Amino acid sequence: MKPDKEQYARLLKQACPRSPLLRDCLWAFFVGGGICLLGEGIRTAWLAAGHTLSDAGALTSATLIVISGVLTGLGWYQKLASKAGAGTLVPITGFANAVVSPAIEFRCEGLVTGVGARMFSIAGPVLVYGLLASAVWGVIWWLIRPWLL
Amino acid sequence: MRLGDTVRFTRPPGLEAWAAVGGKKEADGPLAVGFDLLFTDNRLGEETWEQAESTLQRHCVELVLQKAGLGAAQVDLALGGDLQSQCTATAYTFRSLDIPFAGVYGACSTMAETLGLAACLTAGGAAGRALAMTSSHFCAAERQFRTPLNYGGKRTPTAQWTATGAGACLVTAQAGPGQVQLTAAAFGRVRDLSVRDGTNMGGAMAPAAAETLCRFFADNRCRPADYDGVYTGDLGVVGSELLAQLLTAEGIDLADRHRDCGLLLYDRETQQTGAGGSGAGCAASVLTAHILPALKAGRMRRVLLVCTGALMSTTTLLQGESIPAVAHLVELTAPES
Amino acid sequence: MHYLWAFLVGGTLCVAGQLLIDLTNLTPARVLVLYVTSGVLLSAVGLYGPLAELAGAGATVPLTGFGHLLAQGVKRAVDEQGLLGALTGGGAACAAGVAASLLTGVAASLLTKSHDQN
Repeated sequence: MKPDKEQYARLLKQACPRSPLLRDCLWAFFVGGGICLLGEGIRTAWLAAGHTLSDAGALTSATLIVISGVLTGLGWYQKLASKAGAGTLVPITGFANAVVSPAIEFRCEGLVTGVGARMFSIAGPVLVYGLLASAVWGVIWWLIRPWLL
Repeated sequence: MRLGDTVRFTRPPGLEAWAAVGGKKEADGPLAVGFDLLFTDNRLGEETWEQAESTLQRHCVELVLQKAGLGAAQVDLALGGDLQSQCTATAYTFRSLDIPFAGVYGACSTMAETLGLAACLTAGGAAGRALAMTSSHFCAAERQFRTPLNYGGKRTPTAQWTATGAGACLVTAQAGPGQVQLTAAAFGRVRDLSVRDGTNMGGAMAPAAAETLCRFFADNRCRPADYDGVYTGDLGVVGSELLAQLLTAEGIDLADRHRDCGLLLYDRETQQTGAGGSGAGCAASVLTAHILPALKAGRMRRVLLVCTGALMSTTTLLQGESIPAVAHLVELTAPES
Repeated sequence: MHYLWAFLVGGTLCVAGQLLIDLTNLTPARVLVLYVTSGVLLSAVGLYGPLAELAGAGATVPLTGFGHLLAQGVKRAVDEQGLLGALTGGGAACAAGVAASLLTGVAASLLTKSHDQN
């Protein structure tokens, strides 16, 4: 008998190998935690160099972004990411990788139509919805602020 | 002669020559010895991955002509295709080859599709000698269908590995002595059981393979045990498992006859190719590097090659469409002794 | 202690992302969007600030921290400029990160080529 869509969906689910959850999570935890640890080290260094708390934060992000960009350019970030999964996706280094990798990839389609147009093709949604959410929060804060102060 | 969906040739066309060209991972794989040419640098000295795929194809066509001892002028028609949008890899290949060219798009089913078409056209007298070919290139496919190559992403366990390879066969109107015969062909019907996961091609394509095989066995009153091998193109682990289940439900036992090109081309464990190899070049290179040499040498008598193709695009997937699939089949028989 | 918390909180946020990818149908791109908007939300209700105090980079390096940064920037800008701050605050807060990514991206595109994964 030929299966219908629902029956086939069940067969498909049974046939698909599952992600090795524990291994994936351990990789994500140690690599992700390690990147944050590195970030904390960098932040401490910028603070020690006499920067304010918020400047040190921005400088830490920028430093991690440059490190990630270099590793992406060398083709090493994706090697680590193929194991680390969310451990390399969630930190700001993953955002940098998402900007730098299309820039490299689409260079051969031109500086404007390739690099320029496609650089934010993966990371764009993060900016769009992050800025949208923050703007909404700004309006809400503007409305409730008089009542709280 | 038409039997249901099957075209059975009373005077079977022959395979005069073939060539297999592969890339780096294929060179490290278990079938490496069967290839005519392997490249350790997948760029092949080109600026872009798209050009690299065309160069891969050009080498393949030049090799097949060389092996047959023919010039381009002696080929009446070339049927070929690839996975790049608008079939560009093949079109650019034929800029420098002076052969009438008809582009064919069947995604990963292209090898069986072009072979079947070439057999029909030569048997019908439309061409004396036709070239059937296809290719895929991991990097060109990756940047078009997935993400940039340097993007850090983890593959899902069902994801397959696009082969970097090309295969080409020269088909003549009637099999001569010592030539592998193309005894039957069947063009598949599009099947779609609402799989929407673009990283699970095997799962999406298994129903199409089952459909074509069921019809073929019924039309020809034969069964898997009549063949030395039933080769699917690139179902991988997931699709192979599902194909066996779908056929069992139809009362057909594939048993030990089934082999999948995607699982033959690489050592899945050590080469980390996920659920197996895929891409038009996967079936094409396994056919030309492994199956045809075995038929020619008489190690196998008769095989079926069923190439499956997923016929969606990144646009239709993003629009929430499911994946339609098709499977084309050719029956290949060892030379008459 | 700061270092330990940075490691633990950062690692845990990444594991949560991995679980979302493995156990749900969410693609990585959707997880990132979810993270950044969650960061804005958690910051707005006042939960993310204390976490960032405790874990430092462990809270600010993951993308939820990017959302926190945007929310803080907008709040400060509204305090200073009124409603206009809702438009200017986010952009100003993330300017350093975006510009750094952009510059690195352009430089890398000129200096390197895409790498074969085979």
